[in-house]
Amino acid sequence: MSANPKIALYWCASCGGCEESVVDLAESILDVVGAVDIVLWPVAMDFKRADIEAMADGSIAVALVNGAVRSSEQEEMVHLLRRKSALVVAYGSCAHQGGIPGLANQFSREDLLRTVYEESPSTVNPERTRPALRVVEDGREVTLPELWQVVRPLGAVIDVDYTIPGCPPTAKLLAGALAAILAGQLPPRGAVLAPDVALCDECPRKDSKPVDLAITEFRRPHLVKLDPDRCFLAQGVLCMGPATRSGCEALCIGGWMPCTGCFGPTSRVADQGAKILSSLAANIEPKTDEEIVTMLAGIPDPVGTFYRYGLAASRLRAKIAEREIAGREIAGREPKP
Amino acid sequence: MSRENANEEGDPGHGGPTNGFRARIVAFFCNWCTYTAADLAGVSRLKHSPHFRIIRVMCSGRVDPQFVLEAFARGADGVLIGGCHPGDCHYMEGNYKCLRRFHLLKRVLGDMGIAAERLRLEWISASEGERVKTVVNELVAQVTALGPLGMPGRFADWDLEMKHLEAAVAGAGGGGEAVAAGPEAARGREEAVIHVG
Repeated sequence: MSANPKIALYWCASCGGCEESVVDLAESILDVVGAVDIVLWPVAMDFKRADIEAMADGSIAVALVNGAVRSSEQEEMVHLLRRKSALVVAYGSCAHQGGIPGLANQFSREDLLRTVYEESPSTVNPERTRPALRVVEDGREVTLPELWQVVRPLGAVIDVDYTIPGCPPTAKLLAGALAAILAGQLPPRGAVLAPDVALCDECPRKDSKPVDLAITEFRRPHLVKLDPDRCFLAQGVLCMGPATRSGCEALCIGGWMPCTGCFGPTSRVADQGAKILSSLAANIEPKTDEEIVTMLAGIPDPVGTFYRYGLAASRLRAKIAEREIAGREIAGREPKP
Repeated sequence: MSRENANEEGDPGHGGPTNGFRARIVAFFCNWCTYTAADLAGVSRLKHSPHFRIIRVMCSGRVDPQFVLEAFARGADGVLIGGCHPGDCHYMEGNYKCLRRFHLLKRVLGDMGIAAERLRLEWISASEGERVKTVVNELVAQVTALGPLGMPGRFADWDLEMKHLEAAVAGAGGGGEAVAAGPEAARGREEAVIHVG
């Protein structure tokens, strides 16, 4: 075995985009592979959980974990990786803030299972069979992981040393973080390895953002022809830039789309959704209740927009069942017996 | 503020079919109008429900929606925001910003399953001590009727599902190798990495 530092890559509730982003390193991935020993990478290499269990505690230099934690299996794996690794890095929006899977916190586990196994248009399941946690057949026992009631960011389950944000993180951020780790030049523990300023700071359109936005109408990007050089907010298009950390080099803006907030908030903000809500509402024109309500109707889904990547890490964490909506009980999160 | 002996007429938080539930209201009052009105209510010896805690802010426009979420998350059953009447803001526009945030925040709360009646915004000028009494009593009655929101308890319930594993991990230390845990140990491990690198 070589003396290179050992690196583990693991995925929990995620789409696989973070795995792709490692390959985005392109040729420089060869330098990385030459400098480290990869001991776990389920998407690309054939190492098993038992291999990790056999390693000495703390012997993995860095574990890059992407994905939110929403099942008992994922929880076990991240605890295992925490024990075996000197550093755990939350990699990508889902590990950082819960990400897109965190939007499931708007529904109860029962809602999710019923939709997936009974009600979705492509499901044929007349017996309403659902996956069982434990099945014994011919004396052999089969078990499945349990789906948790709420989706959690990695930091809510184990101690996280560093975070690389993004959906997915850019190759530049990953390369920078790996170089810093291998050189031992790390910022204070707990840091998010991206600039601690809002995206507007590096936005190529920032010069066209007026001091007083005074938005009079919210417009959705697929319904209007937009000026490719002017601030999205100045055009009434909802952009998460003011409440989102920079470091992505304004990739979406460069692709003529507004920011959706994947880098999470800066260190001064606890709740990204509440912060963009605050900023947006302050910057609209109307002053009477009726005009305000009418204009705000131009934001059809505030939770899904403001908390697209951050619901699981938000202050309220998940929807509760205080009210019935549309005649059907929602998100009744059963307490564990 | 929540005095045990403060029960008086017009305090709907006491008695009734509420099984002893006492609502906790967090009130953000602006320095120039509503806080002064609350002061006036006190000086005038107006009797009102004691089930609210005032946090004085310079302007209703200073009430970050994060404050409201934080209040609910830490156990408030209701939140009241008080500011100057439209046109009277000491800082010109602060109360309009508050009004717009209030409407959007109410939608977010509703979408998160929290009854919109738990959040209330009122314009109360410095001379309207009586109005403070009325609004506080109304909100306490409304929130008492809704019952406790209990976010901290809900969070704890959700996290029960992780407890057994945390306990198992904590107890797994006897495997021959020292299990490094906690920030101290983490720092030690971090140094080890640096040497390896």
